[in-house]
Order: sequence, then structure tokens, then C-alpha cells
Amino acid sequence: MLQIKEIDEIQKRLLMEVADLHKVPEGAFNIRANGESAMRNTTANIDIVSKENGSGIDIKIKPGTKNESVHIPVVMSQSGLKEVVYNDFYIGEDSDVIIVAGCGIDNCGTQDSEHDGIHRFYVGKGARVKYVEKHYGSGDGTGKRLLNPGTEVYMEENSTMEMEMVQIKGVDSTKRDTKAELKEGARLVVHERLMTHGTQDAYSIYNVSLNGDGSSADVVSRSVARDQSFQKLDLCVTGNAACSGHTECDSIIMDQGRILAVPSLEANSTEAALVHEAAIGKIAGEQITKLMTLGLTEAEAEEQIINGFLK
Amino acid sequence: MLELQNISFGVTEENGTGSVNKEILNDISLTIRDNQFVVITGPNGGGKSTLAKIIAGIETPTSGRILLDGVDITDKNVTERAKAGISFAFQQPVRFKGIQVLDLIRLAAGNKRMSAADACKYLAEVGLCAKDYINREVNASLSGGELKRIEIATVLARSTRLTVFDEPEAGIDLWSFQNLIQVFEKMRAKINDSSIMIISHQERILEIADEIVVIREGSIAAHGTKDEILPALIGTPSAVEACKVLTDK
Repeated sequence: MLQIKEIDEIQKRLLMEVADLHKVPEGAFNIRANGESAMRNTTANIDIVSKENGSGIDIKIKPGTKNESVHIPVVMSQSGLKEVVYNDFYIGEDSDVIIVAGCGIDNCGTQDSEHDGIHRFYVGKGARVKYVEKHYGSGDGTGKRLLNPGTEVYMEENSTMEMEMVQIKGVDSTKRDTKAELKEGARLVVHERLMTHGTQDAYSIYNVSLNGDGSSADVVSRSVARDQSFQKLDLCVTGNAACSGHTECDSIIMDQGRILAVPSLEANSTEAALVHEAAIGKIAGEQITKLMTLGLTEAEAEEQIINGFLK
Repeated sequence: MLELQNISFGVTEENGTGSVNKEILNDISLTIRDNQFVVITGPNGGGKSTLAKIIAGIETPTSGRILLDGVDITDKNVTERAKAGISFAFQQPVRFKGIQVLDLIRLAAGNKRMSAADACKYLAEVGLCAKDYINREVNASLSGGELKRIEIATVLARSTRLTVFDEPEAGIDLWSFQNLIQVFEKMRAKINDSSIMIISHQERILEIADEIVVIREGSIAAHGTKDEILPALIGTPSAVEACKVLTDK
């Protein structure tokens, strides 16, 4: 294992938040801290190489790789840092892997910190990928914490990708842009969980194209907007073949929070079966009452309901 | 022991020409003694559910006092009454997205670390195969009967001085209810230093009562032991009148 530099305590805490890492992970990983690679490990089947122009990394997973994982967390604790990083994943045919990404920003300074991670996935035939991405912000400086992740997913025949996208706390502004293109028999499942508070805003945009017969997508977003925060959820599925697609935006608003949900469907084939659902509302009063009859205060009840909703 | 002293409750309704006060409960005084299984019954719209909500603190009476073990709890809110020793099983159990049965039982028991095995005991008590349900979400995927059982399991997990059930038979099919009766029979047998108040129209629930209270048009129409009240209820005046109407025609 190549150890380039030590990471500090704040960065360790951020690593726990975004990647559940309490210690150096097993398997392949690349930890990026304050704009440079801090630690890296590769395995016989998973290679990680820096791009020649220094703009990011390529992660190459050999065909047939089973039950291996890749962690590529990013942590930033230096105020005023702005970066755009391109990470490309080449996932070999018939492999079965878990990829854990995520970004944690701690900004105690007065300048804005921004990380824009662009992830491109090339998922080989028959491959199965579980992708987990968590975003988190902390620090009490006046500088903002900005994250604008871009995700592109290109899925070959009969591949499967399950994506868990989580942003629960501390990110002042985010624009999440996710695109996916699916060939025959490919299957995409997305579970997004989003919570905004204070004066944050979040834009989450999905464009999924079902291009092959038998392809399917299930894109589900659950979100909570508190305080004066704003969210726009824009979920679009396009069916260009005999495919099935489902999108769902399910949101809770609290305080003066605002949400604009725009689920949309486009069918360019008579064989495309597409469904969308959207619901926005405050926490049901009877849910709070029920938990109060179990001895919880109103505030504790709200917390439990939100925690469950975003679980 | 729960004491209701002169409880009245009314609502203001708009009727086109103005607002009118509608009386739901009128001067109800009732004592639920320890180790008693008390069934509240009576025609629909008579105020039974309102009374249950007033005891749980969900509704506030217009006048009257409520005492639990001699302590006045009239001004306490839902949380404070729950902590003081009152449990309430909803007529229509509430669904929660994302909250699992195990979470709900742990919240009810006030023990975040309660093991799944311990929580399962409460599910077994209400006749659910615990391993099939413990990790289920308490959401729309559960049937009315399953939700009712889970609702009862949560109040069992609380094990408080007084438990109030609001029409456990409502919203479930007859077959499911036949099985639920056994749960209440077991509860009746196990009463110890506590009491149960249950709103029901079911004869088999009335049959296991120590006391029966009939509430009609917001007032107590009858109150006594099962033997005093039940014979009069079977073949009620309303049933007889319905037959008479048919005969007249």
C-alpha cells in the first residue's frame, strides 16, 4: 500500500460520515484529501490509476471480479478549496462489486469550499454494481460548502446497477445531475435521500434513457426540506424500447421549506410501460400523535418520523 | 385507578346560517378501578371514541377533571399522560414510511437497545409470526388486521397502569377478529395492578368484561357488572324497533 500523506482528525471524522470508514478499508481504495491523493491501494483485480493530466482517476475492474469493493472518498478541511475531479469506472463483464464514494467538506473559514465530482460508469455486460454515495458538510465558518456531483452511467446488456445517493446534512448548495443509458435487459435502481436545512438549496436531476428491450429503471427519491431550504427534484425517464420505468418523488416539507417536484416521462415506443408518482406534504399529525402516545415529545416524534422516512 | 369527573365536550359547527355548539359528551363521571376489564359500548356517534381521546389527551374536555391514581392529569398533554401511565391503541393504526415494526416496539418500550428477540415476544403475544414481521415497515404493505395486531403489540410493550383500546374490531374482517379475541382473553387473564378499557360492540368482548358502560348520546345510559348489563343489551331496543318497522310494513 502506498501511503502518500497522513490525514488529520477532521478528515478522519469526515471519512466516518461519508464512507463509514473507521480505519483503512479492505480492498481497493483511493482517499483524496484537500485536493490530492492521500492514500491508495489496488488489488489483483482492481486497479486505480491517476489520469495523466491530473484531473482525476481511472478505476479499472477486471471482468469476472466477484465480491470486491472499492472506496473512493473525498474529504476537504481547507477553506476556499475548489476542485473539479473526473473519476471513470470501467467495470468488467460479469463482475459483482461494491463501490463506495462520497464527499465530506468541513469549512471553518470564510471562503467557499467546492467539490464537483464527475463520475462516469461503464458497466460491462452482465456486471452487477452496488454504488453508495454520501455527501456531508460540517464546520461553522461563513464560507459555503458546495457539492455538484455529476454522474453518468452507461449500462451494457443485462447489467445491474443499484445506486444509493444520500445527502443528509450540511451541504449549502448542490446540483446533482445524473444521466443513465441502458441497453437490453439492463436494470437500474436508484434510491436517493435528501435533506436540506437552513437556507440551503438542492437541485436533483435524473435523466434515464431505456434504450434496450427488457431494460428497466426504478428511481425513487425521498426528501425532506426544513427551515427556509429549497429543493427541485426533476426525475425524467425516457422509454425508447419495450421497457419498464418508474419514478417516485416522496417529500416532506417543514417550517418554511419549499419543494418543486417535476417527475416526467417520455415514451417513444408503444411497448414502453412508464409510471411516475409524486407526493409532497407535511408530517401527518396522526403520526406525531401516535408517537406521543408512546411517550415521545413532539420534537422527538418528528425526529423519529424523519429518520425513518430517510432510512 | 382512573377517575373521570363531570367530563363534557362540545364542538362548534358551521351550519350555513351561523355557528352552533354541538355537544358530544355531557357530564360523564366514571371510575375505572384497578384490575378491571371495562368495556365501553353503545350506538355509533354516541361519543365513545371522543371519551377515549380525552383520556389519552388527544382531545381536551370543555369541562371536568381527569385523575390518574389521584393525580389530576387534565392539563397534561399526550406525552405527559403516556409517561404518567396511559396507553392508547388507535381505532385506525397509523402507518409510517421507513419505520420498522422493531423500531416502533422499541419506542413503545422506551428501550432503544431492546433486542429483536425480546421485541418478538410482543409480536408472538398478538399472534404474529415474529420473524416475518419484525423488520417489516409499518406502511401500506400491511393489511388492516396485521396493523391492528402490531398496534396492540406496541401497547403491550408499554405495559402501563391503564390501556385504552378504541374499537379493535374496526376495519378488520370477522375471521381476523375471531383470532384477536383470544389476545384480549389472555390480556384479561393477565391483568395485574393495571386496568383495561376497551371500546367494542363485539359480544365476545362484552362477555369477558368485568364491567360494561353503555354510552348513548353523550351520556352514560347504563353502568354495571357484565351480568347486570349484558342481558339487557342482547336484543336491544334499537334491534326490536327495527323489527317492528319491518313488521308494520
